[in-house]
Amino acid sequence: MKNRITELLSNTKKPVLSVFYTAGFPNLNDTEAIAISLEAAGADLIEIGIPFSDPVADGPTIQASNKKALENGMTVELLLKQVTSIRSKIKLPIVLMGYLNPVMQYGVERFFKDASAAGVDGLILPDLPLDEFPQYEALTASLNLSVSFLISPTTSEARIRKIDALSSGFIYAVSASSTTGAKDEFSSEQMAYFQKLKSLKLSNPFLIGFGISNSKTYAQACTNAAGAIVGSSFINQISTSKNLETDIRQFVKSLTA
Amino acid sequence: MQYDVDARGYYGNFGGAYIPEMLYPNVEELRTRYLEIMQQPDFQKEFADLLRHYVGRPTPLYHATRLSEKYNANIYLKREDLCHTGAHKINNTIGQILLAKRLGKQKIIAETGAGQHGVATATVCALMGMECIVYMGKLDMDRQRPNVERMRILGTKVVPALSGNMTLKDATNEAMRHWINHPTDTHYIIGSVVGPHPYPHMVTLFQSVISEEIKKQLIAEIGQPNPDYVVACVGGGSNAAGAFYHYLNEEHVNLIGVEAAGLGVDSGESAATTALGKPGVLHGSKTLLMQTSDGQVVEPYSISAGLDYPGIGPLHAHLFETGRVQFVNATDDEAMNAGIELARMEGIIPAIESAHAIAALAKLELTKEDVVVVNLSGRGDKDLETYIRWGKY
Repeated sequence: MKNRITELLSNTKKPVLSVFYTAGFPNLNDTEAIAISLEAAGADLIEIGIPFSDPVADGPTIQASNKKALENGMTVELLLKQVTSIRSKIKLPIVLMGYLNPVMQYGVERFFKDASAAGVDGLILPDLPLDEFPQYEALTASLNLSVSFLISPTTSEARIRKIDALSSGFIYAVSASSTTGAKDEFSSEQMAYFQKLKSLKLSNPFLIGFGISNSKTYAQACTNAAGAIVGSSFINQISTSKNLETDIRQFVKSLTA
Repeated sequence: MQYDVDARGYYGNFGGAYIPEMLYPNVEELRTRYLEIMQQPDFQKEFADLLRHYVGRPTPLYHATRLSEKYNANIYLKREDLCHTGAHKINNTIGQILLAKRLGKQKIIAETGAGQHGVATATVCALMGMECIVYMGKLDMDRQRPNVERMRILGTKVVPALSGNMTLKDATNEAMRHWINHPTDTHYIIGSVVGPHPYPHMVTLFQSVISEEIKKQLIAEIGQPNPDYVVACVGGGSNAAGAFYHYLNEEHVNLIGVEAAGLGVDSGESAATTALGKPGVLHGSKTLLMQTSDGQVVEPYSISAGLDYPGIGPLHAHLFETGRVQFVNATDDEAMNAGIELARMEGIIPAIESAHAIAALAKLELTKEDVVVVNLSGRGDKDLETYIRWGKY
């Protein structure tokens, strides 16, 4: 079977909307309802964050969601159970994203196997060093899991090429030298950076994340990239939601309008 | 046995650079430049001059006669408490700011727990006329008011870390986030032998002046450079790394690391990482880490704000795993009693961190011929409030 992410990105004619949210937030068992609502609302890919006590690459919104999710009792083990159930109900590709330490304690190889068995299609582990990955590459490939690495505006072209060679599925292009968080619009420097990335003609498509918050930033990102990833502003939206389904439908509509 | 860092930035199974890509260029710049810069003659001269004339080095190696009598051994105190700003921390901040200047950085950030590293950083930034921001947990700011004001007097901006439990770990997170957001003009002065490679190695080298001096001073005192024991407290482990460094390959010198047991190793209120930790990744390196079975980092506890860090430097994790350093621990009460004892017997009020090292003397089986060097990493002025609250003197 082909990897769902690869399939999505090679077949789609329109930009891809990937939505990130933290597992177990705002309530422990919301993970599934959010995934189902996102599919119904027209999202193309979902990224579920594994909460961690010390999320150094994240801004205040995602930090707060991590803290709440852990207080709610979220664990890697529980998340994999939730994903198994989600997979039986939706067709969208599912990516798990998380800091390395919880994965290490679960057991890196065991995590890859169990994630694949649960129906996960891809992984993003932002603090897994590039040089540590080759030892797992054969395993993730055999499990049909894509592994996406991040690049930022300060990443050199030589390193981008190296990251492209080790990534599968897509490359996660961080829009600015920053932690996660919503921004109103992208600057001309950022737009030039996206354009430069496109001109590199990498073997993987790239999705732009960090700072996507509204239809403007979404459209700006999609001008040059295969799609965009929205996280903080989505989490803001659902953190106080009384009706997840309605709010999520509206959120997706407002972005892609 | 290999105790130094390898080409990949590892000490045995520990170390490395586990950082998100946004930090890669900053850390890579440092990694490719630090050794070259540190070997430049003008760097070495400026570093040595400042250590001598500004910090007040060499610090004395003092033969503590009354303490020696009590513990039936020859006990020497390496007086890092006499350094400018009151602790060994300034050895590292002097080194790093000279390095930052040569990297062309204009701004400095740092994290601090008790405030000693923050004060040492604020001091060198004032000295060099560089802009400085120190992140400090909100809770620590409330507990360590005088150090907050010392930093402010020195012209540093102290920013409260409001995330997590609002202590050292969270201040470190905030400093890393700041660095992600300011990748080109800012250098991050990490205060201990923690963080992504090359920090653990770089900070160890800057602190290694401690054991370099001990060796010379012991030759003058006892006719040879090696004692039987070197004892130092370990939070992140910078003073211990400095005190152990030149003895790592002298296998007959017993190296003792003293961790904070807090209310007791099994009390749930402890910071004894080697006793309670498992391998994990935090703040950019793989090391021993206090954490839940699900990989969430546990908030440690010690009466000493400088020892309540949930990890230890990767060098120490390696020294623990190989057995080169014997790790013991001391409870709050043992450390406080040792602090009072040193005050009463030698007229020295130690920092509570350093009092943990003194407390370990009672746990060693010493003989009359043994030569023991205890690294007295800091002075107790900053801890007066804690001594007063503890009250048993």
